[in-house]
Amino acid sequence: MLFDPNIFFAQLVSPDYIKGAALSVGVAIVSLILATVIGFFMAIGRTSGKTYLQGPAHLYVWFFRAIPALLVLLIMWNALPQLIPALRADWFSPFVAASVGLGLVEAAFMSEIIRSALLSVDDGQPLAGRALGMSPAKVMLKVVLPQAIRIALPPTGNEFIGLVKYSSLASVISLRELLTTAQVGVNITFRYAEYYAAAIVYYLVIVSVLSVLQGLLEKRFAWTSKTTKPKKTAGAVLGDKVGIS
Amino acid sequence: MTTQAVLQVKDLHKNYNGNAVLKGVQFDVDKGQVKAVLGPSGSGKSTMLRLMALLEPADSGEIHLKGRRIGSKDHKGHTLHLPERQLAVQRQEIGMVFQRFNLFPHLTAVRNVMLGLTSVKGISHHEARAQAMDMLKKVGLENRASHFPSELSGGQQQRVAIARALVLNPSVMLFDEPTSALDPELVGEVLEVIERLAETGMTMIVVTHEVRFARRVANEVTLFDGGVIVEQGAPEQFFDNPQHERTKKFLSHVH
Ligand SMILES: Nc1ncnc2c1ncn2[C@@H]1O[C@H](COP(=O)(O)OP(=O)(O)OP(=O)(O)O)[C@@H](O)[C@H]1O
Ligand SMILES: [Mg+2]
Repeated sequence: MLFDPNIFFAQLVSPDYIKGAALSVGVAIVSLILATVIGFFMAIGRTSGKTYLQGPAHLYVWFFRAIPALLVLLIMWNALPQLIPALRADWFSPFVAASVGLGLVEAAFMSEIIRSALLSVDDGQPLAGRALGMSPAKVMLKVVLPQAIRIALPPTGNEFIGLVKYSSLASVISLRELLTTAQVGVNITFRYAEYYAAAIVYYLVIVSVLSVLQGLLEKRFAWTSKTTKPKKTAGAVLGDKVGIS
Repeated sequence: MTTQAVLQVKDLHKNYNGNAVLKGVQFDVDKGQVKAVLGPSGSGKSTMLRLMALLEPADSGEIHLKGRRIGSKDHKGHTLHLPERQLAVQRQEIGMVFQRFNLFPHLTAVRNVMLGLTSVKGISHHEARAQAMDMLKKVGLENRASHFPSELSGGQQQRVAIARALVLNPSVMLFDEPTSALDPELVGEVLEVIERLAETGMTMIVVTHEVRFARRVANEVTLFDGGVIVEQGAPEQFFDNPQHERTKKFLSHVH
């Protein structure tokens, strides 16, 4: 059996694959947002120096670092609806279960990333904010977070790419994401090479696009007038030189 | 009784892990007075400023600003430290300039100066920008307004930091060795800004190693050593006719 380009290209543009890719990226986005929010509060708890906040945060990270993501997904989809009747409703779809499940697991890792980002902000920064009379919330929001985000951005990008791939785990709870789409096609046609190749192309494109977006985002955090507003600053720098000479 | 003291410090004590750093510091700063504080490294000068700026609680003692006690209060005979939110409000009255500038690296110069106005005083973005530009002009940096701190020299960064504190219109300015982190050729521009500020009648405390600056600008010079004030007096008296052995020894080292 030779590689049949026609089958390959047909799959490449098929609605099934596009939908599968969208689901994979969708699960990754929702779970990353969830993980970032939970991880942020975990990180705050762990850096607070207060035992009653550190304890629960430690417990969370300890638990979700130990449990395989696959097991969490199976629990989300099979066990929880048995225990909680409200989860038997229609809105609790495989997409929701997968996003929340992966988000809960990922939060343990995001809390680690955010914690070390918060710790790497120079002590003089919150000190200067407080000296201006800023409230604790404002110091966090306007002074510490923007600087922590810059540090957390590269590892978070890696986590996001990891989540796109991890979303394939959701096949066990019947989410038709990218890899499941390929697998289903294969089971019918036995054209392994063509279907898998199409999946490879999708993953490559997704991760490449994400890398480019990450690069653009990181440039916004370069904090030099040259890269943030290229056009405006070129003029400003020129204006400066004119002013001096 | 009327007092014209802007800042009064009464019997301030501070320990770090059982290590006494301030051992009963006491002084007044009158309105418009410029107080220069000299002293060897590790003597507790920065600690004293951080306490006065309400950035850390004192173990005991009181700080009064314009006749009103700040930072703590008496509660049934015990000293009660005020919560952070209340301290934040009181800190607006006190400007602090750090040795290492501590500018916000993610904000341009003008944004650094604006942040206190917008997020503390609740002034509109537009109005804050105008005030910040005004202040940058006063420190001679209006043409650097859209530069980030990493694009400024140390002297320029420190001048932005001074503008950032000044724009909130504090009653007293505290300087913690404002020129110690600077290359020698950049010290002058910062001292000049501080000197001009003194001429406007701003009340200030300047911890410094710049003896000539202290002599020229300060009304009162203080030697701080071992967590206490050793000697205090007018510059001529302090430098030309010091009363204490420790002051003579210290001056012989720095001259
Ligand atoms: N947060 C802290 N925790 C523990 N010890 C501290 C702390 N801050 C200051 N110290 C100690 O208190 C003493 C006084 O420090 P401080 O920074 O106030 O001195 P300084 O007079 O400003 O010295 P320098 O001229 O070097 O700036 C030092 O021995 C220092 O190690
Ligand atoms: Mg110091």
